[in-house]
Amino acid sequence: MHEFVEALRFIAHNGAVAGAPTLPSLTHLALETLKVGAIGVAISVVLAVPLGVWLGHLHRGSFLAINIGNIGRALPSLVVLAIGDAFLGLGLTVVELALVILAFPPIVTNAYLGVDTVDRDLVDAAKGMGMSGFEILSRVELPLALPLLFVGIRTAAVFVISTTTIAALAGFSGSLGDVIANETSYHFSGVLGAAICVAALALTVDGALTLVQRVLTPRGLRVAQLESSAEAGLAQPAA
Amino acid sequence: MTFALAAAGPVIPNYAAQSSSCEVHNRLFCAEWVRRNWAPVLWPALREHVVLAVVAVAIGFVISMALALAAHRYSWLERPTTLVTTILYTIPALALFELLAAPVGLNVYSAEIALVSYTLLILFRNILAGLRAVPADVLDAAEGAGMTRRQTLLRVELPLALPAIVAGLRIAIVTIIALATIVYVVYDRGLGVPIHTALGEGPFKTELIVAGGLAILLALVADGLLVLAQRLLTPWARVGES
Repeated sequence: MHEFVEALRFIAHNGAVAGAPTLPSLTHLALETLKVGAIGVAISVVLAVPLGVWLGHLHRGSFLAINIGNIGRALPSLVVLAIGDAFLGLGLTVVELALVILAFPPIVTNAYLGVDTVDRDLVDAAKGMGMSGFEILSRVELPLALPLLFVGIRTAAVFVISTTTIAALAGFSGSLGDVIANETSYHFSGVLGAAICVAALALTVDGALTLVQRVLTPRGLRVAQLESSAEAGLAQPAA
Repeated sequence: MTFALAAAGPVIPNYAAQSSSCEVHNRLFCAEWVRRNWAPVLWPALREHVVLAVVAVAIGFVISMALALAAHRYSWLERPTTLVTTILYTIPALALFELLAAPVGLNVYSAEIALVSYTLLILFRNILAGLRAVPADVLDAAEGAGMTRRQTLLRVELPLALPAIVAGLRIAIVTIIALATIVYVVYDRGLGVPIHTALGEGPFKTELIVAGGLAILLALVADGLLVLAQRLLTPWARVGES
């Protein structure tokens, strides 16, 4: 228990370590983690959402969309980072590349499933009302797919935070993982304090995205959404 | 003197002895290095990795099965169980390993507790979904045939839930094999160890690629074996297929 008290003291002092005044503060590292992670998630969303939505709209490529998620799960973050390091050398670019490789699959899979599983009767009704393909997609399928789409993005976001900290093990500097990977400077209390911060950060981001999802979901769907998000495709692990 | 030596240059245990020019130049793949280090380094790490993952999924399965059976009977248990397992699942692995190292220590228990905690959400959800998806007609038929609650569970519900359960096991094993690569931060075992060594050596590319490749391959093989096991365990499912 003593270690946890020391760790909380480390957090309360914002990561200050006696005798090492040049170390960055915890707030700074947390913001860096968010920045690196946000870039990765943003790139993945831009690439994966249109692809998944489009395949779902056409009801084609289910094999690709679903299996890409399964393959993504088998890729350990540390391995992706390490192999990226071996080929290209570790820097922000390789870390972002690794983040996109890992965040892309859950977003594609869930975007696909979200649109693909929209009730066909609703789509037929929309057609009957004279909606064009694009109108059906933007006004019927997308709103209905939103809960699952967000499951994918939340999964990816948590995954990306986890991977950004693991990148420190591969030698990338600029996240809360720096503290965890550097017990020599920070002592175990610092490592533990940073671990608490990483856990809190992941839970906060997940919670914040859940709120955004609630706000974006049309009111009429909110009741149904509770049911479907319980059934929704599993979040991907923080590997 | 030894002190000065250690401080002077990088110590490269895995290719210090008889390094070929490929290793000295750190090319992408040195088959010679792999041959020499398979028995002393790679094979033991792979074996440890399998043990870490199998033990975690086995323990996780027993716990999740108990939780799912309880939630199947008393449905109010589902919400709190899902909440707790979701939180465990959301905590990034590196953080969870360190959080456990404080009370538990740098040992196999920290490693396994963390790995098990990541299986719970996946397995619990899948087992429960499988049990709930058994059609009411089938349950009525079982009751009509005079089966007790226990018999219904063992002979009707669990066999019919098998595909969902195996689907959960597949996700769990693949996930855990991936996560086990960072077990080395608290417990010096598994494929993370050679990856860590290689990262400290410049990085030494051959070792990164081989150890990382083995981890990915292991996940795919484990997934394939479970698909096979499911086909063998559910012969009735194949009748409909053909």
